[in-house]
Amino acid sequence: MSEHYPALLVILPLLASFFISAAGWLRPVCCFPLALAALGSSLLVSLGLLGDVISGGPVSYWMGGWPPPWGIYYRVDYLNALVLAVVCAVGFVNLIAARPSVEKDFPEKAGPFYTLYVLFVTGLLGMVATGDAFNLYVLLEIAAITGYALIALGKGRAALSSLHYVFLGTIGACFYLLGVGYLYIITGSLNMEDIARLLPPLYESKVVTVAFAILMVGVWLKMGFFPLHAWLPNAYTYAPSPVSSLVAPLMTKVMVYVMIRMVLTVFTVDFAFLVLRLNEVVVWLAVIAIVMGSLLALAEKDVKRMLTFIVVAEVGYMVGGFWLGNQAGFTGAVLHILNDALMTLCLFLAVGNIVHVNGDSRWESLPGLFRTMPWTMGALVVGALSIIGVPPTCGFFSKWYLLLGAIQGGHYGFLVALLFSSLVSVVLFFRIFEIGFFEPFGASHGSAHGEGGPAIQEAPLGMLVPLWMTALGLILVGLYTGEIVGRVIRHAVPGMML
Amino acid sequence: MEAVLNLIIEKYNYWIYITLMMIGLYAMIAKNNLVKKIVGMNIFQTAVILFYVSTGVKKGATIPIIEHGHDVAHQAVRAADYINPLPHVLMLTAIVVSVATLGVALAIAIKVYHRYQTLEEDEILEQIREL
Repeated sequence: MSEHYPALLVILPLLASFFISAAGWLRPVCCFPLALAALGSSLLVSLGLLGDVISGGPVSYWMGGWPPPWGIYYRVDYLNALVLAVVCAVGFVNLIAARPSVEKDFPEKAGPFYTLYVLFVTGLLGMVATGDAFNLYVLLEIAAITGYALIALGKGRAALSSLHYVFLGTIGACFYLLGVGYLYIITGSLNMEDIARLLPPLYESKVVTVAFAILMVGVWLKMGFFPLHAWLPNAYTYAPSPVSSLVAPLMTKVMVYVMIRMVLTVFTVDFAFLVLRLNEVVVWLAVIAIVMGSLLALAEKDVKRMLTFIVVAEVGYMVGGFWLGNQAGFTGAVLHILNDALMTLCLFLAVGNIVHVNGDSRWESLPGLFRTMPWTMGALVVGALSIIGVPPTCGFFSKWYLLLGAIQGGHYGFLVALLFSSLVSVVLFFRIFEIGFFEPFGASHGSAHGEGGPAIQEAPLGMLVPLWMTALGLILVGLYTGEIVGRVIRHAVPGMML
Repeated sequence: MEAVLNLIIEKYNYWIYITLMMIGLYAMIAKNNLVKKIVGMNIFQTAVILFYVSTGVKKGATIPIIEHGHDVAHQAVRAADYINPLPHVLMLTAIVVSVATLGVALAIAIKVYHRYQTLEEDEILEQIREL
């Protein structure tokens, strides 16, 4: 059983999505339990895989028994076992929280929603698990197409924003495909490790350089790396809240993983850092991404939209950390994939609760929220502290590693950008706390609650429990950072960076 | 001049795919109508498909079907006699993907039309600004 884990991880939710789609027509009540069962079993499988990897090293799986250079091959090592577990956990927790808002906002579309939801997670899991460059493209498109449809479920400008995302997302995916095509012309292989084995004598070839450049631009477009982020804020703002809290934590993080995987396994660190010497340039791009993301976030007057720009800044953290090219930076980047997925999930879930109760997440809807929605705002505070980087929360530790990497690499621009963005986060979130706590709210809400002071008007329990699970998860992951880094991430660091 | 011409003739498949790709990109950037943008997107995807298909070509080779395969299976097959079928097979998947993307994009365009009663981007933006 356990030797089939890598395949089960992807196949279980894939098959389940067909059943959910059928249940949507026949028995809509079954959709949610089916989706929950599918993602729950994926979560168990991914945790089992993580355990296997920790105890016995990387796991390989030949699809249909075909050996690697010919067949499709799934490989789970220290790097992606962790990412797989995060994707499953975020998908599962967010699914529980999605139910009340689905029932409130689009009950008639529950079947398609859960089908797309599970397919989206399938695509992401496949992208992370696969060891085949073309297979990655197909799964990337599965995740992307379901993502477009999910975002278009929203109201108002959602459809238009989703269409813009379709255009830019397709350009990104086509660039990735083109990069893989160039690699295929020059090496004749699609298996990542096989390409890496064939590439070294070809490092001087222009084809490889072109392949690398096109592929990186495609991946950066998909992850919303600063100058290529134009699609991201609108798409994530106007999407329905259960969709934003699924797509925003996962899509960008998985694309960062794909970038790391491409550089690490396909092109190898030697090529990217020693032959092309791109690291300095990319870290400066990341500095710009962090600074601009933070500045643009300052200009927003809507919590959800502000969070989308924080996502843009956080992408800069991870890209910069990886391209610093030293052990601390790499550790920080990988740890930040995990932490940032949880932090963004926490914040977007909290905003989802506010939208669920108030119907809005603009500044005007915030006054008095600490009294009417104490639990939601409490979790928002934990998430915010983690983004800012306050000790027991996990955000502190990944930022610490990134700062350490910047100092060791002598890259003070990156150091300054990290500190600047932390300070801006303080301003951003304390502005929200101030409005929520101190601003008088009688004028806008008083009539609704009558004269006897504000009544507690919390989101349903089904949304609060997942939110607090995530918030506590932030602190737990923070406390166990040493374990995670020592047992998993340390083994993923490539030899050259040690 | 001679060198440039040779460069174009020798690698004409690359020139064709890049030209097509730029036509698609131009339509996506410059066209005002959303359906025209979607058509541009599809041309863009098709250009990549064409590029892949052209990489399978070999001079003087034929389609990769071995006649009476089960009788002559013991004879060695000379790879140089057959074009490379793998890029073509890959592109079957990519075609499916591009059809799916096109379908989703058109469905979303219908949703946009229902909301704004137009598919011209400048008119939609004007409506958004008025709100």
